[in-house]
Amino acid sequence: MNEKRGVFERLKFGLSKTRTGFITGLTRIIGRGKIDEELFEELEELLITADVGVHSASKILSGLREDVKINKLKEPGDVEQCLKDRILKIIKQDNYSLSIKDYNPFVIMVIGVNGSGKTTTIGKLASKYRREGKKVLIAAGDTFRAAAIEQLEIWGNRSGCPVIKHQSGADPSAVIYDAIQSAKHRGYDLMIADTAGRLHTKVNLMEEMKKIKRVMNREISGAPHEILLVLDATTGQNAISQAKLFNEAVGITGIALTKLDGTAKGGVVISIIDELKIPVKLIGIGEEIDDLKEFEPEEFVEALFER
Amino acid sequence: MFENLSSKLEVIFKKLRGYGVLNENNIKEALREVRIAFLEADVNLNVVKEFIERVRIRAIGQDVLSSLTPGQQVVKIVHEELVSMLGETDDRIAFAAKPPTIIMMVGLQGSGKTTTSVKLARKLLKEGHLPLLVAADVYRPAAVDQLKVLGKEIGIPVFDGDGTTVPLEICKKSLHYALEKECQTIIIDTAGRLHIDDELMNELIHIKDAIKPHEVLLIADAMTGQDAVTMARVFHERLGIDGVILTKMDGDARGGAALSIRSVTGKAIKFIGVGEKIDQLENFYPDRIASRILGMGDILSLIEKAQTSFDENALKKMQKKIKGDSFTLKDFREQLIQIRKLGPLDQILGMIPGAGKLTGKEINGKELIRTVAIIDSMTEKERINHALINGNRKRRIAKGSGTEVWEVNTLLKQFVRMKKMMKQLSKPGFMKRFEAPAQLMGGGRGFFPF
Repeated sequence: MNEKRGVFERLKFGLSKTRTGFITGLTRIIGRGKIDEELFEELEELLITADVGVHSASKILSGLREDVKINKLKEPGDVEQCLKDRILKIIKQDNYSLSIKDYNPFVIMVIGVNGSGKTTTIGKLASKYRREGKKVLIAAGDTFRAAAIEQLEIWGNRSGCPVIKHQSGADPSAVIYDAIQSAKHRGYDLMIADTAGRLHTKVNLMEEMKKIKRVMNREISGAPHEILLVLDATTGQNAISQAKLFNEAVGITGIALTKLDGTAKGGVVISIIDELKIPVKLIGIGEEIDDLKEFEPEEFVEALFER
Repeated sequence: MFENLSSKLEVIFKKLRGYGVLNENNIKEALREVRIAFLEADVNLNVVKEFIERVRIRAIGQDVLSSLTPGQQVVKIVHEELVSMLGETDDRIAFAAKPPTIIMMVGLQGSGKTTTSVKLARKLLKEGHLPLLVAADVYRPAAVDQLKVLGKEIGIPVFDGDGTTVPLEICKKSLHYALEKECQTIIIDTAGRLHIDDELMNELIHIKDAIKPHEVLLIADAMTGQDAVTMARVFHERLGIDGVILTKMDGDARGGAALSIRSVTGKAIKFIGVGEKIDQLENFYPDRIASRILGMGDILSLIEKAQTSFDENALKKMQKKIKGDSFTLKDFREQLIQIRKLGPLDQILGMIPGAGKLTGKEINGKELIRTVAIIDSMTEKERINHALINGNRKRRIAKGSGTEVWEVNTLLKQFVRMKKMMKQLSKPGFMKRFEAPAQLMGGGRGFFPF
């Protein structure tokens, strides 16, 4: 598990299950030799089982049908490239990288539903920027869940980043306020704020989150500079509702898609980008501290279709 | 796109109601819509196909020619098939003839094992068993601490391995510890793991072989997508599970995972997690969930909830008041307090048929508190006779409660409307009206003051 691998290799490794599932289906479908209605239907079903969603799947398919018609494609093999291109066209965005600018400090707020992997993602993120030589401070904004602070502190130790905390049950906005003060005065480059997991339908908890954002903004103009929604790749169509409601509440600047190392296909990404135009910026592909990667559309689709 | 399954099916069946006769063609259209709705609800594709086929065969068969309208007939078939696919209510834990009973909690990372372990422990404690919680998750940072903190909160012993950090050893040791502490049940919180992680799956198998649990419960997130099938199948094939607990059911997930998991494992969904509080673990009732999915509302759950939460005497007194038309702002306040006891409002409204559309952003428990505050700022006389409240008094009340005059006005208007409605409701034929929930809810601004 610990051997060094290139980014692409790791991505492929993490996505291998995705790829296997997708490819076996794709190879079987494409390999049948004929472009007919059945082929399109099977491709559509393939996308649906990958959690792409009925709406996006049928949109991709109608584009594909058009491509086949216009280019007078006869070989099912050509359809494969077209399908890749179609998906790429949707998920390729202008702004999918997470760049830390010089804001003294740059503030990242991490949000998401319970169990999506916020704390782990923060640990990995802190470690990543620490390795790049940045001074990183972590704010323990999840004061609700038992032992959430302790969990974050362990990640802080692993990554070598200090954690600003209050007691369990404290007002999360107060923790954030303190963290910002010390980040400002002690010259940190980056502050990453954890928040408690909350279901997007809970009005009170969403209000609490808005307040955290307001406090950040009051203390540092323009903060938070990134609001990352952590999404579990095994989530189905509800991910769209999550993205939509979190976005309405605080405005998401990017998505971190976690747990892509399972058998979940992560197709919900395609759906979310298509429906909501929110870029995916990071992907989590394992439990190791460096198993957080930047989302690369080309690599993502390539790895998805890699034979 | 963001419609829930209930409203989606409502539209479909409205369409069906337009038809005089049900034939293969219009069933086809309805079934296509059902297929899409089920897929959007994250029911696995293969499970959907199987479901559609069952409904189709039944719908085109002899059942169609019964006394119901064709539309009702299809609703009935879909509902019945859904209930039968979801299985039977089974909230029993297979207790060992000779204690301790061992329960093993397994599942993916983030599915809610630790929280659910504590909820289950609390439930068993309430039923008179003393459980022992065992922290066998040595991988996730602070997972052991989390269980210890929660265990302490509810007064249940937690075994943390006593220096051991090997899950198998922790589990073995816990058996002695339980004996020592005279615990009749042992709930083992295992680490979250991917079903394709051979090493960690083998660890579970070794634990199971060694301690022979009476129940292996799979904890699954209600928001899981198509992959629920693969996950559940692998856990079941490799480890063998005895039941399922579905978590995070309090969100707006359509919960298609319930159908998927049930259909690949054949195991009962025993409980559902409906909130972050330790007592928010409920029994799983297939017919209720199916009814909710189909937009018929979850009246049974609501009634049960009301029965356990409402103060019976207060309720009786209230009924008298309603009948006697002496309903005042004071009673109104009392009622609001009772409603609050029911729990989060969005959860309650989700159970009311037709109110599904109201849940979500608009419903806010805070507004209820504001409403109570407004009434609290009135004088006793004003509370008994709302007609007294003029402009000056309104301003005073608004100031006293930290609200605006228009809010006081809104409340008074709602109160008057409610009083009127109560008079109507107390007349015979109440249940008939209840079947037209949209009316009852007054478009969302009638029965409840928000």
